[in-house]
Amino acid sequence: MGKRVGIEVSIAAADAVASANVDVVAAYPITPQTHIVEHLSELVNNGELDAEFIPVESEHSAMSVCCGSSAAGARTFTCTSSQGLALMNEIVFIAPGLRLPIVMILANRSLSGPLSIWNDHTDVMSIRDCGWIQVFAETGQEVYDHVLFSFRVAEDPAVSLPVILNMDGFILTHVIEPIEYWEPGQVKRYLPDFKPVNALDPDHPTTVGAFGLPGIYSEAKKAQDEALIHSKPHILKAWEELGQVVGRHYKPVETHLTEGAETVFLTMGSIGQTVAMAVEALRDRGEPAGLVKLRLWRPFPFEELRQALRGAKRVIVIDRAISYGGTGGPVASEVRSALYGEEHMPAVTNFICGLAGRDVTPEDYIAMYQRSLEMTQGKVGQEDFVFYGVRE
Amino acid sequence: MEAVNVYAARILEKQEYFKPGHRACQGCAEALAVRLVAKALGRNVIVASATGCMEIISSPLPFTNWDVPWIHVAFENAAAVLSGAEAAYKALARKGRIRNRGTVFLGMGGDGATTDIGFQALSGAFERGHDFLYVCYDNEAYMNTGIQRSSSTPFGASTTTSPAGKKIPGQVTWKKNMAEIAVAHNVPYVATACASYPFDLMEKVQKAARTPGPAYVHILSVCPTGWRVPPSKAIWIGRLAVETGVFPLFEVVDGRYRITVEVPELRPVEEYLRPQGRFRHLTPEITAQIQERVNFEYRKLVAKTQFTF
Repeated sequence: MGKRVGIEVSIAAADAVASANVDVVAAYPITPQTHIVEHLSELVNNGELDAEFIPVESEHSAMSVCCGSSAAGARTFTCTSSQGLALMNEIVFIAPGLRLPIVMILANRSLSGPLSIWNDHTDVMSIRDCGWIQVFAETGQEVYDHVLFSFRVAEDPAVSLPVILNMDGFILTHVIEPIEYWEPGQVKRYLPDFKPVNALDPDHPTTVGAFGLPGIYSEAKKAQDEALIHSKPHILKAWEELGQVVGRHYKPVETHLTEGAETVFLTMGSIGQTVAMAVEALRDRGEPAGLVKLRLWRPFPFEELRQALRGAKRVIVIDRAISYGGTGGPVASEVRSALYGEEHMPAVTNFICGLAGRDVTPEDYIAMYQRSLEMTQGKVGQEDFVFYGVRE
Repeated sequence: MEAVNVYAARILEKQEYFKPGHRACQGCAEALAVRLVAKALGRNVIVASATGCMEIISSPLPFTNWDVPWIHVAFENAAAVLSGAEAAYKALARKGRIRNRGTVFLGMGGDGATTDIGFQALSGAFERGHDFLYVCYDNEAYMNTGIQRSSSTPFGASTTTSPAGKKIPGQVTWKKNMAEIAVAHNVPYVATACASYPFDLMEKVQKAARTPGPAYVHILSVCPTGWRVPPSKAIWIGRLAVETGVFPLFEVVDGRYRITVEVPELRPVEEYLRPQGRFRHLTPEITAQIQERVNFEYRKLVAKTQFTF
């Protein structure tokens, strides 16, 4: 078993990247991602990590460098946040189309304007349909474990797709948590060397990124969608083997006190822990509350989610992003779609809260619970979604 | 090194790496330049291409004209994509996972991809000092999207977004001098070239590829479609660009300038402008203005070749 240390999660994440013996790191600094790339450049400059660290002039170039590096057969990592993700947006959509297994940590932060450096999920939701595998971590340990998981899944020849690992800015990036490091032997056992399916090699010339005429574009995109959908068994296998190697077990959808629960919260990322406290307090009062945490966001785990919510009368979806002029939060609309047509479909209430790092306490979630009961019993107007805690 | 013009038959391979069958317009001097560059560099090369004419005409899925590894990601990022491939090879060779065999990393883009939208990515790659060669195929406008002006479009030229109007007579700004901007980055090898002078072009490309660190070659590429000249006249127009001093052929090695194709006496710019439809509207006054600017720029270049340090 690896040593357990108290360490800032960003440093641990960078150490996990280094333990994967990454070949190329390209990054541009942006709060709150900075500590990760600072620590990686420190490891490279001190000779502790044999990798090329490319301090690019923009995030657009960061993702572009990653495409070139991954296509040339190198294990490739980058890391960004918010506006940085927005700037690299164009290339984020191209990487999975070229089937390049890049790993990116997204230190989740709100999008401007107004400018904010604090945490929510507006950045990642802007690229919901970008074609990457997307997972959310709840704790520092989960971040550490999922760095190795991400490389393992992305580079699996049966997958060959990029992976985004979401970690909440500040709430995870800047806190010190007890984290159990992996032993080199465990990394070796879990993560094989990267053997690209196709690499840029003068001995075996390939054309990467060809031009798609209308006669072939749809076929190429359907193949890409199938690749993402079919990555799921490989994702499940990677979690299963992670459990065998380090004894921590992860699933696409996690449940907490859902046995007999009538009202179930649904969260993504670090707020799962706060909501768990609220759910426990509600249970102590005899309220049939439960919690479902979505770890895998893409490919969306429809079956597991339906299973986890079976028997619930209502679902409280906590969204940390807005779909302007739409139906509330992006997670809620996804959950509604997943449940549509289910027998005994639960009512879905949607709360948008915790934008730009605004604190949301267990008491707030208990208040949302009450409001949800009222909403679904018709005591309040038929609101699709509620901006919780906004001053008027 | 052997001079290509003397020993062409012996040193140049028969093999083509930019294969025939591409979909460029008739008389495209840019496709010719691409072929010459590929031929000069041979098999051991990795190419990163920007979006543009050359990308579209050579890679319609599932076909390709490239017999060397070639990657296209987007319009403005060829230099960054290439930086990544170069860094990957460096890391993998150091870690013993691949054999270091001196692969050349070639970036390519048109004038829009180089002097406008991809300018930042190229500047970043120059500054970081990657070992690569970037070739700009300059046809002086966004030809792929239908002849819109770029910062590389010459003064006076009529394009679809700088049309020769009743009030404004075409492009009102002077062509951005990208070769000089590369020199200002302390790029150790910078050159200009033109497919009308194939041996000069190939020699420069080979020299650039051998230079450790970044290298930049700016190739004037006559576009019969956009310049409104007959396809059969593309090579002749390229020669006139050089002979009138509009586009002098030179190289800058570690900051030292040398004109590689000497022109004993410059021909009047009118001889270059007149055959081209894009300049048809120019008045004698504007032509005189262009002549004055060409004389000035040429004198400046000659002065630089005489500077010793």
